[in-house]
Order: sequence, then C-alpha cells, then structure tokens
Amino acid sequence: MTDHSEGPASGLLHLHPSDNIVVAVRPLTGGEVIDCEGVALYVPRDLGLGHKLALHDIAEGADVMKYGAPIGRAACAIAAGDHVHLHNLVSRYTVIEDIEGTNA
Amino acid sequence: MTVMTGWPRADGRKGIRNVVLVAYLVECAHHVCTKIARPFDEGDVQVIGFSGCFPSDYGQEMMQALCTHPNVGAVQLVSLGCENFRKNELAEAVRASGRPVNLVTIQSTGGTLAAVEEGRAWVADQVDALGQAPRVAMEPSELVIGTICGGSDATSGLTGNPAAGRAFDRFVAEGATCIFEETGELIGCEHIMADRVSDPALRPEIIATVEKAARYYAQMGYGSFSNGNALGGLSTIEEKSLGAYAKSGSSPISGIIKPAQQAPGGGLYLLDVVPDGAPKFGFPNINDTAEIIELIACGAHAVIFVTGRGSVVGSAISPVIKVCANPETHDRMAADMDVNAGRILRGDATLDEVGDEIHDKIIALGQGAQTKSEALGHVEFVLTYKTAAGPEPGCHV
Repeated sequence: MTDHSEGPASGLLHLHPSDNIVVAVRPLTGGEVIDCEGVALYVPRDLGLGHKLALHDIAEGADVMKYGAPIGRAACAIAAGDHVHLHNLVSRYTVIEDIEGTNA
Repeated sequence: MTVMTGWPRADGRKGIRNVVLVAYLVECAHHVCTKIARPFDEGDVQVIGFSGCFPSDYGQEMMQALCTHPNVGAVQLVSLGCENFRKNELAEAVRASGRPVNLVTIQSTGGTLAAVEEGRAWVADQVDALGQAPRVAMEPSELVIGTICGGSDATSGLTGNPAAGRAFDRFVAEGATCIFEETGELIGCEHIMADRVSDPALRPEIIATVEKAARYYAQMGYGSFSNGNALGGLSTIEEKSLGAYAKSGSSPISGIIKPAQQAPGGGLYLLDVVPDGAPKFGFPNINDTAEIIELIACGAHAVIFVTGRGSVVGSAISPVIKVCANPETHDRMAADMDVNAGRILRGDATLDEVGDEIHDKIIALGQGAQTKSEALGHVEFVLTYKTAAGPEPGCHV
C-alpha cells in the first residue's frame, strides 16, 4: 500500500489518517505554500522540525488529533494552515485532573 | 513463508539464541565471571549478575527469569560464598528447567584462580555441547518482542516510534506477544490508552498504573514537560507521551505484566516497571539497559530500540534491533543502526515500509541473522534493587 499522505517530500508528515494536523519534517519558511492532500497550506512563519500545522479547519473546543489520538483541544477556532501550538492548543490532561479533583 | 528455527526448551518456549550465561550472585564474584568469559566469543558466553549483597526478592526473581530465558542454554553460577543470594534455590530452578547448571563458590573452591579454572573448563564444555544442539521450526506466534526508546530527539516520535508500532501491529496480528513499557513516559495519555483495552476490567488498572508512575516520579523530583519540548514543537504532555506511546502500535491492550513475569499468551502487554508503594531504592530503571533487561526477563526474544540521538547499546541474552529515527544520526552512526527510519523524513520510505523492515529483520534473527550490536560484541547488562512485584503463584516459599 502506498499512502500518498506520507509523502514528506513536501516537508509535512500526516502521521495518521484521522489526524487534523500535519508535522513539519524539515525547517519550513514563512510564506511557503505547500500542497498537502489537495489542500494548499500557507506556512505562516518560520517553523522548526516537529512543529504542527492544521490540515483542516478545527472548531474551538474540538480535539486536535495526532497519531490518531487527541493531544488536547483547540482553545480557539483554528484555520487550515495555522501553526498549532501553545497559543491555540490546550492540554485536556490537567483539565481532567482538575475536574476529578473538584468533584472528589 | 519464511521459517525461523529455535532451540526447544522444556517449558515449551523456544530460543533464537543459545548462550551460556556466567552469572555472579554478588559483585564480589563479578571479576571471576569476567575472567571465565574472557576467552569466549560474546555471542556464545555472556556475563550477567546481581551486585547487591543484601537480600532482594526482585533480584532473585529477575535472575531466575533470566537464567531460564529461552535464549539461554546453560548457566555457570559464581558465588563468593557469604552473600545473601539464595544460590541453591536459583541453581535448582535452572536445573529444573532442563538446563545444565554449575555452581562455583569462590571461598570453598580456593580463590580466584581455582574458581576461574573450574568455571572456564565447564563453560568450554557447554559451548561445545550447545554447538551441537538441534533446532526446530519456530513460528512468529512463538516470539516475544519488547520495545523501548532511548537517546530520543524530536524525530523519535515522528518516524522510529510509529514505525516500531506498525511492526508491533503485524506481530500481534501474527499471534506474537509484544511488550511496551516506560509508564513514566505515558503520563497524560492514560485515558487514551485505557480506551484501547480488550477487557473493560483493565481500564481502571491502566489508569492506576500510569497515575502510580506520575506520583512516583513526582516524589523523585522528576519533571515531565520541559521548555525544550515546546521548542521542538510539542504542545502538551499528552502529545509528548503519545510520541513514546506510538511504539505500542494500535492493537488492543491485552493486559499488564510486571518485571520477570511472562505474559499469559499472545497480544499486546504493558509492562508496569514502577514498584508499588513509596519510592524506596531510587529510580525505577536507572538507564535504558535496565529497561531492556526487564523486557528480557519477561521472556523477550528480541527488543526494538528506537533512538534519535544515537544509542549504541545491545544486550546480554537477547538481540537488540536499533531503529534510528534521525537521518543525520544514521549518516554518522550507520554501523550501529539496523534500521534507518529517518528515510521517512527524507521522503524515501513510508511508516508502513519501515515497520515492515523492522518486522522482517526480527524474523531474520531466527534465521541466522545478527544485529549490528551483536556483531560489535555489545552485551550490556544492568540489574539493581527494586521492590519486588509481590508473591506470584509458584514463585518461591
């Protein structure tokens, strides 16, 4: 099977089919436009290896998916191509801990 | 269909290696073991042991599991004579497993020279005998495979770990037993992991296992998410943990096992490496080798080791397949690496292709192939004090 979504010749790696983010596998330059799965992603700023871009629009509160699993929730609406990081992605882990703490 | 061969053991397991172990039962006997093993090839004769003199149920259980591991054909035990290790119990367990065993006690044998002479002669006979031992056909379903990551960098979670996970998925589908661990690095994804159990009764146990690790490491003063992680593009603790967790693949989790415990059958198992109770003897595992040895004590025939910065270790008893996640590291250290997962970053391979390569290289270990670390003579071994998992049926009185 050839999964064309894994063609990181583009510099972006889609780790799992259900992921709504892709990961930079080389340094990206702000202003680059990279075609990924038919979506033209405008790279908003210089980004190092390992950073994430939204592959699709992600609604506020929705799960951000990597490896096919939620890595947190969108703190605000995220548009396709946006850098996804500390400013717009929050851990659910501490939230879960808080809820369990206050409800105990 | 490619066929592996293995050495059959009395308990029904089969080994893909047939090594003679020379085992010290206290540090004071370590040098004698090193001297006994020196004339032999590292692939034939390997030194392991337990350094401590104070009694340790964990040390005893680990040594018994290792000395009766399917990759082991014979065991030379070396005692100083006054240590607390229950050496006769261990010797009897090895004998009961159908393996030749010889116990040399340095104090009664007459010191270093006499002990080395006796041990070396016995080991030479075993090496000759094991060289003639017949092999039988072995199926992938009979394999036990462990996985760890060490010397990690930003590429580990992108290439090496997910590719190792795909190899695990193939092995689980073939009926093999796969073991992942490092619960301290799974903090934040316990609820995600709990959704993957094959039996709902396991859900709370999975969560409790990771919460225990989080408590333990917090008491040890060990943080879990650093500024360097964020600079590397990681945004949340669950994202970081998932990068390590990706090694486990996507098969259902069949159960939780403890060090030195064998899984009850094929499937994917979480090895709970963190002792119960308050921290007692320090970090659960002091380095990568300690983790590898616990996986091997659970019966692992081979261990998949994913590295980004470039570890060189192998192990006593079982081969270690090194998967290099970072293409630049691979360029520098190719002679130490079995699989170049960094090709994924350069667009030269997919995760599935690298997963297949890892899988096929492990099968090849049962067809006469060696790992790079075996060819280089790596036989690292570490075993320290830890609180024992607790009495198991048939363990000891």
